[in-house]
Amino acid sequence: MIWRFIIKRILWMVPFLIAVSMVSFLLIQAPPGDYLTTYIAKLAESNEVMDQASINDLRQRFGLDQSIFVQYWKWISNIVLHGDFGMSFEWRQPVSQLIWERMALTLLLSMATLIFTWAVAFPIGVYSAVRKYSVGDYIATTLGFLGLATPNFLLALILMYIGVVYFGSDVGGLFSDPFKNAPWSWDKVVDLSRHLWLPVVVLGTGSTASLIRIMRANLLDELNKPYVDTARAKGLSEFRLIMKYPVRVALNPFVSTIGWVLPQLVSGAVVTAIVLSLPLSGPLMLQALMSQDMYLAGAFVLMLSSLTVIGMLISDILLVLLDPRVRYE
Amino acid sequence: MSDLSDTSGAATTGADRIAVASQSQLIWWAFRKHKLAMAGLVITVILYLIGAFAEVLSPEDPNDQDRRAVFQPPQMIHFVDTSAGFSIRPYVYAMERHRDPTSLAVTYTASDRKIYLHLFGKGAPYVFWGLIPGDLHLLATEDPSDRVFLFGADRLGRDMFSRVLYGTRISMSIGLVGVAISLILGVTLGGISGYYGGWVDTAIQRVIEFILSLPTIPVWLALAAALPPSWPIYQQYFVITLIISLVGWTELGRVVRGRFLALKNEDFVIAARLDGASEARIIFRHMLPSLTSHIIASLTLAIPLMILAETGLSFLGLGLQPPAISWGVLLKEAQNIRTISQAPWLFIPGLFVVFSVLAFNFLGDGMRDAADPYEQ
Amino acid sequence: MPPIPMSNDMTAAPILRVEDLTVGFSMRQGAYDVVHKINFALHRGKTTCVVGESGSGKSVTARAILNIVPRPGVINGGRILFDPDGTGATDLAALDPRGKAIRAIRGGRIAMIFQEPMSSLSPVHTIGSQIVEAILLHRKVGRKEARAMATDLLAQVEIPDPAKALDRYAFEFSGGMRQRAMIAMALSCRPDVLIADEPTTALDVTTQAEILDLMRGLQRDFGMAIMFITHDMGVVAELADDVVVMEKGRLVEQGNVHQIFSAPQHPYTQRLLASVRRLEEPAAAKVHVSPEARPILAVEGLKLHFHKRAGLFGKGGDTIRAVDGVNLTLHEGEALGIVGESGSGKTTVGRCIAGVYDVTEGRIDFDGRDIARAGKDEVRENRRQIRMIFQDPFASLNPRMTVKQIIAEPLIVNNICSGQELDDRVAGLLTQVGLDPAMRERYPHAFSGGQRQRIVVARAIALGPRVIIADEPTSALDVSIRSQVLDLLLRFQAEMGLSFVFISHDMSVIRYFCDRVAVMYRGRVVEIGKTEQIITDPQHPYTKALLSSVPLSDPRLRGTRQRHRYMGETA
Repeated sequence: MIWRFIIKRILWMVPFLIAVSMVSFLLIQAPPGDYLTTYIAKLAESNEVMDQASINDLRQRFGLDQSIFVQYWKWISNIVLHGDFGMSFEWRQPVSQLIWERMALTLLLSMATLIFTWAVAFPIGVYSAVRKYSVGDYIATTLGFLGLATPNFLLALILMYIGVVYFGSDVGGLFSDPFKNAPWSWDKVVDLSRHLWLPVVVLGTGSTASLIRIMRANLLDELNKPYVDTARAKGLSEFRLIMKYPVRVALNPFVSTIGWVLPQLVSGAVVTAIVLSLPLSGPLMLQALMSQDMYLAGAFVLMLSSLTVIGMLISDILLVLLDPRVRYE
Repeated sequence: MSDLSDTSGAATTGADRIAVASQSQLIWWAFRKHKLAMAGLVITVILYLIGAFAEVLSPEDPNDQDRRAVFQPPQMIHFVDTSAGFSIRPYVYAMERHRDPTSLAVTYTASDRKIYLHLFGKGAPYVFWGLIPGDLHLLATEDPSDRVFLFGADRLGRDMFSRVLYGTRISMSIGLVGVAISLILGVTLGGISGYYGGWVDTAIQRVIEFILSLPTIPVWLALAAALPPSWPIYQQYFVITLIISLVGWTELGRVVRGRFLALKNEDFVIAARLDGASEARIIFRHMLPSLTSHIIASLTLAIPLMILAETGLSFLGLGLQPPAISWGVLLKEAQNIRTISQAPWLFIPGLFVVFSVLAFNFLGDGMRDAADPYEQ
Repeated sequence: MPPIPMSNDMTAAPILRVEDLTVGFSMRQGAYDVVHKINFALHRGKTTCVVGESGSGKSVTARAILNIVPRPGVINGGRILFDPDGTGATDLAALDPRGKAIRAIRGGRIAMIFQEPMSSLSPVHTIGSQIVEAILLHRKVGRKEARAMATDLLAQVEIPDPAKALDRYAFEFSGGMRQRAMIAMALSCRPDVLIADEPTTALDVTTQAEILDLMRGLQRDFGMAIMFITHDMGVVAELADDVVVMEKGRLVEQGNVHQIFSAPQHPYTQRLLASVRRLEEPAAAKVHVSPEARPILAVEGLKLHFHKRAGLFGKGGDTIRAVDGVNLTLHEGEALGIVGESGSGKTTVGRCIAGVYDVTEGRIDFDGRDIARAGKDEVRENRRQIRMIFQDPFASLNPRMTVKQIIAEPLIVNNICSGQELDDRVAGLLTQVGLDPAMRERYPHAFSGGQRQRIVVARAIALGPRVIIADEPTSALDVSIRSQVLDLLLRFQAEMGLSFVFISHDMSVIRYFCDRVAVMYRGRVVEIGKTEQIITDPQHPYTKALLSSVPLSDPRLRGTRQRHRYMGETA
């Protein structure tokens, strides 16, 4: 039963991923003109002029003269079959060389934030619901609202401001200077973990706030259900019965939030990375989008979107494992 | 039946006022009990009034640059003047500009000179809403050559106070316009999905799922990057709003669909059909009134998301472009850590963002709770 | 009269005594009592029924005994003395509601079962794990042993294949099976007292009878005291040794079941019994159809199948045969009952005739025309002639419209009248159904359940129909109001010559109201005939099972009747 559901769900991914790839390609195709027009304009700024022949030559070499369908097909088949994301026009490098480390770090940051978000939101949400209208609940609710209302980048700026003005240190970045371009080593990992907390906090605040509210609301609904009475009438201690029954049931919708928290985190990571100048996908993607470096930008949009689609899949599978009701529908 | 649930009813029976109270009256009574929601309502109304009357409320032209006022700190407004006896009139102390001879850094100190402010005095000319020319300002300096910076000045010496007020207009209205577009998309598609069901429903639900699974910011960035920066402001404004609401409608669509599905099989809707009411009458007379309160609540909760989205996009330089003024455009000035450590008042637009988003959330939460006065 | 099983220790000390118990709800507007100074006692081996209508405070009393009154309720006074061993009483009300002492009693010495068997069991834990948990809490046994005990318990409550049932979830069981599992859980620690809060209200009448049988048997085996909360006087008569009658938070009368039924003292008890007894025979005011009445409505071979979509691309899936070949005839001026349990298809038949659903197969002849295949204009005309009354008077009135708007709606959309005339018509209709026309500007929330049902009736008769489909019009109402609404309908039947298709699960209501009755089971009519004839001499085994399951509201008749079980069903 479970396996059938999971396989079914995985099969559903295929059309979704195809749609994602098409949308990604359309998005990077959307700007009027192409990389060459931007490039020529740039050259023109420095008073260089390209003759039509070499423009045509370049256009052909980049495959920009073909129809959009051919371009898409070439692009996607190379990615799927060879893991080849094309060349970055601007960097004159294969895209795959540019993105993997940044994507890996993005994934790391998103995952770390997801864990942080849950670790914080779960106990606070439970507390808020069980001790409804207590001082702690009011504090949690207020902080939750503030967290919800403060955009990531503003929070990042404020934390940076506090860092510079009160501690005299630049808190941005993911690595200390000596490690910035160093190859991976144990020390670099340690250094990374020292820097990671700030982006995690910046990125996680908003979703933590909404998860607290969701957990609180779910649990409040469940606390009045008759099965809680049943458990209480059994003689279970209040703590055990709350943890075992209503919290367990409220956990299901909570877990299924991965589906939309992950897209939010991936989105937020883009902005956060730009503000805190983190070596993640965000800044490079922004730059690529601005200069119409289409294969680079396309690779990022595709990878980030796929990440969230996979997140949805994971949350659905988790939900099936957790909630027997879903399996029987 | 359990008699536990019935006990709360005892407090509401009897009163004639409640008996003839319509739906909207009941909602309003329920809503009024939420103090935070009422506060949210007041703040929201104030912000929209500010946006509506930005020209009159701001003392300066928001684009007026002043080399001698670069990064001038905010001036406190004083009301009680004791220099020539006791009198109540608003004034600020003029700022003096010093340049450190060695580091060349500029500092400002308050001088003793008072700049008096007129209520509804004449100042920089403007065209109200682009229609009515005027020069009346709520606060104007007595001497037109004096300038007053209540929220300080930015790197070009422009008045942050006036800029924030103008930014309020754009940022707050983007929420409204965006929500209007989302409303049309969400209600139409959600309604079709919920009312007709079947494969139409399945198709629309898949599209919504798909849109929801996309990470919004990369998509917005990619879309926004496609806009030529040379476009006029209003065109940018409209397209940016459109981009934001392309994602925003999905949530609303789901709410509307869910409600439609639930309502369709309600006995009172079936009763209306058996009364002989036409399809249109069933939808507009019997179903929609039950939906509006929920729709309005979801709309209110969608506005802050739009405001945040615009702020984020403009902050990254992909939303509105200067000379357009929005909170996001203003915050873009605060991107550089050196700038903000020198001029922390550049954060003020951020405060406005936080306040407006909070206000909308309180308002929307209160409305959602009050939306169904019959549910306990 | 059969001897009532009496324990020989009538004079023995009660196992639980409730003394001056007061439970209050503290709201922001101030505190008010929901249970006011009540006194009663429970005895080992005896069943005490607490009876009352909704809002009487009976459920709160039950919860107070376990000290689990839900917030904002608080026990404000009185004592609950629990003395299981005769060694001295503990005051349960004085114990810390979260303390160890009361928790050892909850589930261990006093167990409780609830009304909703679906929502009272956790949806995400197996039945077994919930029973094993209760055993482990109160008895010193290992997990394996506990599981073995749980299997035995399930066997005792007659759940088939108990070992497998342990690993299943509540939603995989039918309502009756769930309630059996609940009982197994409650009995797992051999409690001294079992509190049952309307445990059969949500169940069909045949299932109810089985659960009641089961509880009786278990009480014989276990010898515990049972406190049984119900609103149904029939159940009281079937089950109780002692009766406690509650009204609006006060205990108005208590005593032996025979005494209560034969000589009720308090006017409320008298009223309650009278309204039950009234429904035990055909209505006095009933106008009977003349034998030569023409048939007005004929249903032939009616079928309605729903397709449940399943599978990867929505292919396959089950077909639910909600109605599977039904034939009925309704004569002019006649009231035809359709009786059956939930899922029998009786509501669906009614809705097919009213034109809510599109029929899969078959004919519905109304005045010689097949309305199942009517054109648009015809449908409109048919809807004027055939009107419907719904079960839930709260759901069937639009909360956003005033009573006037609601009743006027059919008159407006059919272009019958407008303006002053419309206003007068609405006022007239309200008077006809016994409501004050001055109340027509009010919204439905200002009316009680019975009043709302009168509004529904007014809307139904507004167009001067010839047939009314009444779908369980009284089952959402308290018993004292039921006969009032039925009498109203009877009056219209007499005055306007209306014909009724009257759908109900309640045999007594059918008997009161209907000339003939059709018994439905699983989408088919298994028996049809004159109401009196069916009730006194049922032919089909299902009808026999159904009738023998209806509790008799006379304790003297207890045990005189042979219970039939219809094995075509699975509970």
